[in-house]
Order: sequence, then structure tokens, then C-alpha cells
Amino acid sequence: MANNNKPYAKRKHIIASVVVVMVLVYAVQLFKLQILSPEYRNFADSNAFFRKTLYPARGSIYDRNGELVVFNQPTYDVMMVVREIKQFDTLDFCNTLNIDKVTFLQLEADMKDRQKNPGYSSYTPQIFMSQLDVEEYGLLQEKLYKFPGIYIQGRTERQYKYPNMGLILGYVAKVDKNKMAADPYYAHNDYVGKSGIELSHEIDLRGEKGVEVLLRDAHGRVQGKYRDGEFDKLPVSGRDLTLAIDINLQAYGEYLMQNKIGSIVMIEPKTGEVLAMVAAPSYDPSILTGKNFSQNYLTLEQDPYKPLINRSIAGVYPPGSTFKPAQGLTFLEEGIITPETRYSCYGGYPPLGGKPGCHGHASPTALQYALTTSCNSFFCYGLNAMLNNRAKYNSTIDAFEVWKDHMIDLGFGYKTDIDLPSEKRGFIPNSKFYTNLKKTDKWNAHGIISIAIGQGEILSTPLQLANYTAIIANRGYYYKPHVVKARKGALLDTLYSARRESNISREHFELTVAGMADAVTFGTCRGINMEPHITVCGKTGTSENPHGEDHSLFIGFAPKDDPKVAIAVIVETGGFGARNAVPIARLMMQKYLMGEIMAQDQYLEKNIAGRVILPSWYRRNAPIQRIDSIATQVRNVQGN
Amino acid sequence: MYRGTKEIQEKGKVDWFIIAMYFVFIVLGWFNIYAASFDLENAVSMFDFSGRAGMQLVWMGTSLMLAFVLIKIDISFYETYAFIAYIIGIGLLVVTLIVAREINGSRSWLIMGPIRLQPAEFMKFIIALMLAKIFNAYNFRLMERKSMLVVLSLILLPLILVILQSETGTALVYLSLIFVLYREGLPGGILFVGIAAILYFILAIRFSDMQLGMLSIGEIISVVLIIIFAAAMVWNYMKRREVTFIILGLALTVSAVALIMHFFNLQVNLGLMALIALGLVSIYLGYLALRFWKKVYLYILLFVIGSFAFIESSEYVFTDVLQPHQQMRIKVTLGMEQDLRGSGYHVGQSKIAIGSGGMFGKGFLNGTQTKLKYVPEQDTDFIFCTIGEEWGFAGSTLILVLFAIFILRLIVLAERQTTTFGRVYGYGVVSIFLFHLLVNIGMVIGIMPVIGIPLPFFSYGGSSLWGFTILLFIFLRIDKGRKRI
Repeated sequence: MANNNKPYAKRKHIIASVVVVMVLVYAVQLFKLQILSPEYRNFADSNAFFRKTLYPARGSIYDRNGELVVFNQPTYDVMMVVREIKQFDTLDFCNTLNIDKVTFLQLEADMKDRQKNPGYSSYTPQIFMSQLDVEEYGLLQEKLYKFPGIYIQGRTERQYKYPNMGLILGYVAKVDKNKMAADPYYAHNDYVGKSGIELSHEIDLRGEKGVEVLLRDAHGRVQGKYRDGEFDKLPVSGRDLTLAIDINLQAYGEYLMQNKIGSIVMIEPKTGEVLAMVAAPSYDPSILTGKNFSQNYLTLEQDPYKPLINRSIAGVYPPGSTFKPAQGLTFLEEGIITPETRYSCYGGYPPLGGKPGCHGHASPTALQYALTTSCNSFFCYGLNAMLNNRAKYNSTIDAFEVWKDHMIDLGFGYKTDIDLPSEKRGFIPNSKFYTNLKKTDKWNAHGIISIAIGQGEILSTPLQLANYTAIIANRGYYYKPHVVKARKGALLDTLYSARRESNISREHFELTVAGMADAVTFGTCRGINMEPHITVCGKTGTSENPHGEDHSLFIGFAPKDDPKVAIAVIVETGGFGARNAVPIARLMMQKYLMGEIMAQDQYLEKNIAGRVILPSWYRRNAPIQRIDSIATQVRNVQGN
Repeated sequence: MYRGTKEIQEKGKVDWFIIAMYFVFIVLGWFNIYAASFDLENAVSMFDFSGRAGMQLVWMGTSLMLAFVLIKIDISFYETYAFIAYIIGIGLLVVTLIVAREINGSRSWLIMGPIRLQPAEFMKFIIALMLAKIFNAYNFRLMERKSMLVVLSLILLPLILVILQSETGTALVYLSLIFVLYREGLPGGILFVGIAAILYFILAIRFSDMQLGMLSIGEIISVVLIIIFAAAMVWNYMKRREVTFIILGLALTVSAVALIMHFFNLQVNLGLMALIALGLVSIYLGYLALRFWKKVYLYILLFVIGSFAFIESSEYVFTDVLQPHQQMRIKVTLGMEQDLRGSGYHVGQSKIAIGSGGMFGKGFLNGTQTKLKYVPEQDTDFIFCTIGEEWGFAGSTLILVLFAIFILRLIVLAERQTTTFGRVYGYGVVSIFLFHLLVNIGMVIGIMPVIGIPLPFFSYGGSSLWGFTILLFIFLRIDKGRKRI
């Protein structure tokens, strides 16, 4: 009954012999590998391979006129593989590197400290000492054969040709744990952009690391490339960037803003390119490179005037009267007023007993003249009329939401999406905000009237103001502002190349522009009147500051009919807009549009640059100090 | 009651020899996983469940529980439920194919909360069980068309599903069940044709780069082989010595003509010559088939023509059907491409790691090549590297020999089964283990192309250890319950 499938039973021998043959063949191969080929053993004895990372050159940065601004210079790191260090003449090594024994032990301890160097391994090369210059490198290279386990790894370091726009360029530093966890590209001790363009365009600038697979002998000495470099990968250099910034204009702006706190933002309205973005105070980007990085960074961080904050995008201010054109545009678009609608003003807003106050001018006024004289009362009336218009809106809240949407349409309340990190969005309240604040939804226009004149809860960054000015200059369209104009070998992000339209009709813009033109010829900002050379349109602002004197603001563009530049200027505690912001804007526009400062303005230039306006609250706990003036000439740099 | 004879007293004993080997394997596996994933700077204990070794301990524990349950289940359970298991298995493969996300290029993981399973692993023993059940059926005759169709579709259905999951390695494991069919009476000729096909394929691809007249070197060598095979077949099946000599003689004559032409400084088209020889042999075989009215000559003629057609199409299959990474792996194994960053680099590293082990190895936890992560997948598919590096030639051959003993013992067990069910399942187990060893170790030591399948009991992973445990212990249960003669 047993079923052996007898006829084929002898096939078990064939199957069994397959097993035996397999074992024999494999044993022979093992014998070949393990006994007959000593080269494998030699390969492995000293870890055989040394994967040397080849660092790509970080992309260079040029200004809008092709002027080189940021480039690279070689620097060298001393690497140590602890397992390979056997006999070691520490004294000779210290002398070569020009350090003492104590420093040596300290560096070694730091390298092995997992708190400071989490990627430490005794098998792989670790950075012992970084940033040797060319001479130190030469000395060590000569004696390298004496120090088994020591290697030199080359990389590049940022060099800056100008002491300007540190806040826009940003800095590079060693990558931190979080970044390494988020992006597997980074290895320990890699450098990465930490702020500014270096951070926002990191992917463009960093390029791609390469690798060189080297063979080493039993003493750890590099014997050459493994398989003639078959596994090597050449590094790919980072992309060069061309900035929208004009470095000379930028430097001039920083010169004018020295010893002041504030910002200048200039945008080319037709493209959205940021021509200059001055934030004061700033710092020289070259101090955040090299060996003194930590020390200098600490100094900047502890400076009471906070030079690490880019006030152009992260400083938020009440826009004050510069907000009025936005109100006029909204009221016109919503049909609340016509160009002929007139409101009265008796040194203030009559329904609230003359508050907010106003200055003496003809009354009643229509919109164009209200912009020219910056009449507070007119815009309060306008907002009141809009929020109480029950023919058009069901409730105050509905009307307010429409108002808010127009503000957002003009670029307020949200980030402009500029290609720089840590931008702030400012603040445009919505109806819920007031319902929460007033603990009732029965609030009315009079309770929030100050927002009509850019006070109250309204906050805006200088960049938002400049962008909104560009929308007015263009009579309704704009491009998202950006500081990088072109990337080598890649198109600009479509985010910045797409034309966007505002919801407000062109004819309303024309009326607003007319009001702003009159403000320059016979209104609040006559100080920027540069006829017959340049026809400027502008609007001053004086924003109330609870901590001290008012901030001085100005927005404007020129020439009137073919705008080439839109500007926003803020000088903290600079008083009336006309006092500081207007002359600074005058000089900046002149510099950009005419290339030089007219003879009649030479005195003004010196006077403005010489003014020291340092708000007291910054130095509450710090000794009074002047911020050192910044030289604007090209720094003499080696290389390139 | 009659309880006298030795046979009856023996009834119910599990094969402790295999179980002992199983223990040795999983414990050695555990140690090597610990060594392979060992990080000198961050050493964790072998029992630390955050480490690979600790996790493997969990898989080992659960496997032992599984093994215990499998041994206790009634013997009839397996045959009864084989079909249901097969249906469920196919269902799971289909579900996996639909819902699985891609992990490392394949879509074979079924993730249910904390549980991650690879149904393809479990399909191995299910197919073996199903084959055993089919073979055991009353009216089953392997060489009848209907039975053959059933057997082939039982293997091919899961195979296609697994290929769709991009688990080519596992699909090949299913194909290894052809060994079972061989043992059960599949004509040796079919197996021979298979082997010949692999040989032609390798030759045609390996030596495709140089043309000699109308054919490439690979094709000419293959033609020579075809003629030799034809002659050998005539010898084997017809026992007609003179026919064999005539076939070889035809080929030699053509070669001689070519040689003479060469001496007279005539341009010799070697490819054409080979074709002429092949043509003459074919014509002769056709003549014999008609003259003696023997089917065998016709079959041999078909083999000759089919072989040539296969060679001519293999280049097309290679470049147009296989995916680039598969082409690359084959080229690297055949030594046509040197180390192209991918598979070649891995095999190169793996050979260095093994080669550096020398005679007795570097000792437990002292391997540098595997520790420095030069070798990829060092605790899963490339675990044999760690054995080679840390235990040297002595250790790795010992493991090889242990595995050989293990499989030979399984063959003995399979042969002593009294039912077709038991024997077929037993050979299923033998085939699967044999194929895993053949491919995995072959890959690590650079003889086979890189096909990602685990080394039984050694590679890290719950699904694979469970799969092998179930496969083995079902067989031990069947063996324990066999009827004694």
C-alpha cells in the first residue's frame, strides 16, 4: 500500500547530488575568496575604503548689474580617524597647527563629545579642527605622512565683496540636528544656509555633493582611487544667483540710514523686483564667516538694537496716513463715495467731537484733495459711511469683511511671499477679532474709526507698503516682490513671474495717483518735489507710537506716468513723515533714477546721513551708544 | 491490544534531528543579526527590543509557539484545509496588490496597524500544501494534460501576482517547485531543456558583443552545443552509435572545410559555417524521422530548431522584456559590466567582507566591513557576509555543510513518507529551502545575480522566519503522523 512512486524513486539521488554539488561549488568559491585571495584581506584590514566627500562650490551671487557680491574661497578642515592613530607625535602636530597641548586636548575632547558631535565614530573621519587657511594647510600637508589617521578635507567659505545687505544675503553655518533629520542630504559638519537668501535659495546654492572612493593600505595611507574612480561622483556646483538688488543703491541706502532704526524698500513696479531693501541697523556679512563666527554672532544677538532682525520684512508698524490711498480706493470701488463726494473737516472728525484730530485746510474736501492734504476726517467719514451702508451690506460685520478683503487684495495682512525667510504678515483685523475684543457683535464704525487712518490695530511691514505702492504705481497690477532676479540654469519660480491683478478698477487708481501727485506739488510731501527732473507721487505718514515720538513714513513712486520705482521708507521715532522719511526717499529716488545726487541736494545728503535717531526704548538696559557708521566703498578683498 | 512491534512504538515521534538543527540555525542567526547590526559606538544588548537582535528574539519566540501549535494540530487538518488556505492566500495576494504602498520598490507588505505581513512569504508553504493535496487526488496523473494544467496554474497564478508586486525573487522561489514535479515523474528531458535554455541564454548574452560572420561568438558556441546535445540525445534515447557518429561527423566535416578554406586564404564566414552544420544535422534528423518513422527523431529535431529559435530571441527578451536593473544584475554576474554603483558595488563589497574573513574570521563582533555599513542589507539578504567575515572560511563552510545535512535529512524524511501527500509536501519543503540557499549564498559570494531573497533562519525578519517555521513544522507534523510499514 505504500506509495513510493517507485519508477522515479532513484531521482532522489539526483536531487541530493544537486545539494552536494552546490555546497562543493560554493565552498570552492569561498576558498577562493577567503584563502586564495589575500587582497581582500588587505582591502579590509585598514577599512580599505575611504569615502571622501567632495564639496561642491556654493553658488555665487551677483547684483542686478552683474556685479559680483558673494563668492567662495578655499578653506581646509583637519580630519581625524581615531582608530587609525597609533604612534603620534603630538608635539610636532601641535607645532604644525600652531596650537598648544591644552588646545589639542580640548579639541580632541570636543570631537569625542557626543553632545557636541553627535555623529562621532572612531572609524570614520571626524573634524578635529576647522577652517585652516592656505598657509596653515600647506604646512600640514607637507608633514601629513607623519600623522597617520589625519586627513585634510577641503571646502569653501563665503567671501563678501561689500559690507552691505548682510540681512538679505544671510549667512551659512554648520547644519544642525533638526535640519539633518528633515533632509537626508545633509551630513554632520556640512554647511547650510541659515538665513536670508542663503536659506531661502539653499537648494539652488548648495549644488550636489560628490564622493571619491579611495583605497588605503594597512597603514591607512591613501593608495589611490578604487577602480580608477568608477564609483566616484563629481560634485555639482551650486547655481549662481543674480539679485534684483542694485548693490550701489543698497549701499547708499544703508549709508543714509546709519545711526537710525528703520527700513527702506524699493521695488521696480513693472517686475516686482526689489531694487533695494535696507534694514537698519544691519551688519557686515563677512563677520559671520570664518573662525570668529560664534563670537561675532553672539555680539550681534546681544546688541540692543537687534541688527539680526530684517525690519523690512519682519518689522511691523502702523502704516498711519500711508494707508489712506487704500481707503480711498476701497470707498470708490464699493461706490461709497464718488470723486465728487465731499466731507467736512473742522480740525478733526466732527461726529466724534473732532477726534481723530486734523490740521488746518480747506473744508469740505473731496478724495483727491483729502489725499493731498492727508485729511483724517475724510477717511473716517468714508469708513463710517461704508460700515453703515445698509443698502449694500446686511450688517456692519458684512461691510467690514468686504473692507478687509480689499485690504488683503492690496497686499496687507498676509505675507507677500518674498523669497526671504522670517517674513511677518502684519495685521488686518477681521470682524471676529472685533467681536471678541468688544465682547459683542454690535460694535460700529465709531469704535474702530482709527483704522481708517492706518492706526489702531493695523500693522504692516515696510515691504507690504512698498508692494502696495507698486500696485498703485501700476494702476492695479503687480508681481510678487522678490530679491532674486535670475537663477543660472533654471527659470525663476512662476510665483514671481505671474502678473497679478487687483480687484479695483483702473480709473479709481488714476484719481488716487492724482491725489498723490498733488501731495508732492502742493501737499504734505513737497519735500520730495524734484520737478522738472522727476515727477514723483507720494504720501506721507506719521504713525503714532505709544513708546515715544511718532514714526516717520513715506510711500511714493516715480515717474508718475511711467513708474520705474516704488518706495516705502520708515524711520522709527523720526517724527512727521516729511521730516525724515521724505528726504531719504528723495535721495534714494534721485540716486536710482538720475544716478547721482544733484548739487543742490549735497547738503541734504550729508545732513540726513549725519542724523542720529535712536529710539530710547532699545537701550533701556544698555549703555547709550552710536552704531558705527558703515563704509560704503568696495572692500579690498583677496582672491577673485 | 497488540503493541509489540518496534514500528508501532515508534509511531508519533517527531524528527528531533531536524528540530535540533532548527534550533542551531535560529540561534546562530540571532547572533549574526546582532553582529551585523552591531554599532560599536552605540552598543545595545542582544536582548534590547529596540535593536534588531532583540526584535529577532521576539520573532524567534513567536515562531517557537507557532511550531508547537503546528505539531499539536491533527494531521488531517492540513490536507483538509489546503484548498481553503490556498484561496485565502491568493485573496491576500490580490488585496496586497491593491492596497499595499510601495516599500523599497516593491508592493508586497500588508500593513494592518502594528502588524506588517508579507503574504508572499506564507504563500510558499500554501502552494506546497496545495500541490501535495492535488497529487494525492485519486485520479491524478502528472503527465495527463488536465492534471498538468491544474498543477501549472496552481503555481503560475500566485507567481504572476507576486511578480506584479515586484517581488521577482519570491516568484522564482515558487518556480523552484519544479523540483517536486521532477521527483514525481516530470520527464527529465523537460528539466534538461530548461537547463539548456538557461545555458543558451547566458552564452548568447555573455558573448553577444563580437560577430563572426553571420552570428555572434555566443551564438556559434550555442550552435556547437546544440549539435552535441542532439548527438547525446540520440545516444541516450535511441542507443544508435552510428547515428551519433554521423551527426558529430557532419559537424566536424564542416569545421574541416572551414579550416581548409582558411589555409587557402579564403574569407571564412564562421557564422555561416555553423548555420550550414546546423542545417545539415537538421536535415539528417528529419530524414531519419521519416525513414524510420520514429517520434524521438522528430522530438530531437524540434529541440534543435527550438533551441536555435530561442537563442535568436533571447537577445530581444534580454533588452526588451527585462527591466534595466535586472539586465544590469545579470550583466554584473556574467562579468560583462564592472561594478556599476548599484548591484555590482554591493556584491563587490560583500566579496571583500567575506574575503577579509580569511581562514578563521575576525571573531564575533569584530568584522569591520559589515560594521562600517559597506555592505547593504547586511542583516537581511546579505547576512552571510557577516558569517564569512567574522567566522572565516571555517565558519562559512560549516554553515554550508550544516545546511546540506539539513536538506539531505529532509530528503530522507520526504522519501520515507507513505503517502503521496506527505512526499510531495516534503519535496516542496526541500525545493524551497534548496532554492533559497542556492540563490542567497550564491548571490552573496558573487556566483548568482542579485535576487533579494532571505537566507532561511539567518536573515532578519518576522515574516520570513515565520514562513520558514510554518513550512518546516507542517512537514514535521506530517512526518510524525505517517503510517509505519
